[in-house]
Amino acid sequence: MTDVTAAPTPAAAKAVVGRSLWGDAWARLKANKAAMISLYYLVFMAVICVVGPYFVPHLYTTIYPDYVRTAPSFSPYPRAETIETSLGDAVKRMRVDIKEWHQEGDRVFVTVTSSKKVDERNVRYLERSDAFDNVTIDSTSPDGLEMVMSASVKQQYFLFGTDNVGRDLLSRTLMAGRISLAIGLLAGIVAVVIGVIYGATAGFIGGKTDEIMMRIVDVLYSLPFIFFVIMLVVFFGRNFILMFLAVGAVLWLDMARIVRGQALSIRRQEYVQAAEAMGVSTRGIVRRHVIPNLLGPVVIYMTLLVPQVILLESFLSFLGLGVQEPMTSWGVLISAGAKNIGTANWLLLFPAFFLVSTLFALNFIGDGLRDALDPKDR
Amino acid sequence: MLLYVLRRLLTAIPTLFVIVTLAFFLMRVAPGGPFNQERGLSPEIRANLEAQFGLGDPLWLQYVNYLNNLLHGNFGPSYNLPDFTVTELFAAGLPISAQLGASALILALLLGSMLGIIAALNQNKVGDYTVIAIATAGSTIPTFVIAPVIQLVFGLTWHLLPIGGWGDGALLNKIGPILTLALPQMAIVARLMRGSMIESLRSHHIRTARAMGLSDWSVVVKHALRGAVLPIVSFAGPAAAALLTGSVIVETIFSIPGVGRYFVEAALNRDYTLVMGTVVVIAIFTILFNLIVDIMYAVVDPRVRYD
Repeated sequence: MTDVTAAPTPAAAKAVVGRSLWGDAWARLKANKAAMISLYYLVFMAVICVVGPYFVPHLYTTIYPDYVRTAPSFSPYPRAETIETSLGDAVKRMRVDIKEWHQEGDRVFVTVTSSKKVDERNVRYLERSDAFDNVTIDSTSPDGLEMVMSASVKQQYFLFGTDNVGRDLLSRTLMAGRISLAIGLLAGIVAVVIGVIYGATAGFIGGKTDEIMMRIVDVLYSLPFIFFVIMLVVFFGRNFILMFLAVGAVLWLDMARIVRGQALSIRRQEYVQAAEAMGVSTRGIVRRHVIPNLLGPVVIYMTLLVPQVILLESFLSFLGLGVQEPMTSWGVLISAGAKNIGTANWLLLFPAFFLVSTLFALNFIGDGLRDALDPKDR
Repeated sequence: MLLYVLRRLLTAIPTLFVIVTLAFFLMRVAPGGPFNQERGLSPEIRANLEAQFGLGDPLWLQYVNYLNNLLHGNFGPSYNLPDFTVTELFAAGLPISAQLGASALILALLLGSMLGIIAALNQNKVGDYTVIAIATAGSTIPTFVIAPVIQLVFGLTWHLLPIGGWGDGALLNKIGPILTLALPQMAIVARLMRGSMIESLRSHHIRTARAMGLSDWSVVVKHALRGAVLPIVSFAGPAAAALLTGSVIVETIFSIPGVGRYFVEAALNRDYTLVMGTVVVIAIFTILFNLIVDIMYAVVDPRVRYD
């Protein structure tokens, strides 16, 4: 076959700089403020969740028994009024009595007495307390019944407060974000891959194969969704990587339908018929016409799928079926928050804000992409 | 029409059969059994229990027995709640779940449609953006966040509503669950209504109606709404089926003794009969409401005929 259209001359190409379909879509996405803000927000969220835990001085698994359910605050703990309690607790464990204590700068001096000889090893009780460190024995009375110890007050910040067992909520929320986002992406990709392959196969082969394949999808659809997910949990146990691959494998149904419908309609388009008439190979048609036309809906659906997966993960974790302690995800945290709503509402509010704002951002990006990629909208 | 309904009901039987079969075998190939979790159960007692419920029989025989029982309307005994049959559990819980679900659905349909119409009539104006914002929030914020926040705000801070419990069906106890159930659905309805109303308002017969000098009210309510309501109808079917059969999240958070909780619990405990019962009930509801949707279609849109 000869090329019917003449190649454009260099001069003409220079005069009119064409914009590709994708360039066009990108330009329109950039014009969409909500979508762009959401995009930046999402990047920000991803960065703080991935990098943030390294900068928070508390590990997400570290338990501070002295700081159970501490309210979020910008000022450091321990508070002046709680130093005495912490001191009293530690000294009580030593089985000695406090004779006197006072604070000088950031160091606390405590004099203890006992009817028996005071053991030097007792300092470890002070050191074990979350409120003090650098404990030293300053002096011991000659009979050994009295001892003066000093320790510096360990200042700790809990910007988001702490949870039920005394873990820092900030580091847990960030860690949870890491898990939730990773799962969303992972399961989203699994769902898209399965859905695209299945749908495209059904759409292209058509006929009886298509009918059987779509009937299978219909049957899977009619099974209650929760039932399906729970069966997967039952099968795969609580191994969360496997399980979320499985969750991804459940969510492909919509994708398959969309891709199949799209593939069917693209096959019937005049430009495809024209290409066929001109003897373009099937592979050429698929590459030049089908894939670019499929990509739009797939990309849109993927961005809408990720929040769905995150939601599903949170839902499962909420029911106690998803991510297991001490690993955490937003769903796990929200579930714990909902149970402690009367005493510690920050346990609900912070993770819920993170989850909801991320879902918002993802939805806005999805909507923005749909507007940008939908050719009918021009 | 009657013939059509009959035919649809007949075709529902093989669908139900496939669902029941699939669920039955899926449940059985899963590892574990209903009496595996109980601690300190000696092998003899377990064998006896399993024999009592016929769990020792070959799988195909159990399947045939189950189908046979099901055809006689007998869902069998619950394994983990041994004093109750599945039928009794549903008789107690389903009215509660259905009541909450139906109220939520009606609320969602009314409020959602209203919001959608307001948005469509004020397209690209403040009213429109407000509705879009509400709809986005409603469909983005998950139920398990809405529910505790309602508890926190209305229950713990303002002391207007009880935090949870059924309270023998006191109205105040129902408000929280109904709101939680209705909000996401309302958001979807509002979005659907906005889209289809905008399209409907652009159509020729509306232009004609306007040109003939009909009042705005009459144009919107009598003419545009009729065309716009179809997507809502087709949405309402599956939504009704899902809402009436209870929600795990809402019933757990508000401690409502409905049937929504059973599904997850039963599947995890391998309470085979209860899981199967739930699957069957949900499937029947889904099929029934899809049928109602199709009939409603014919009622709303005279162009749709089933002959």
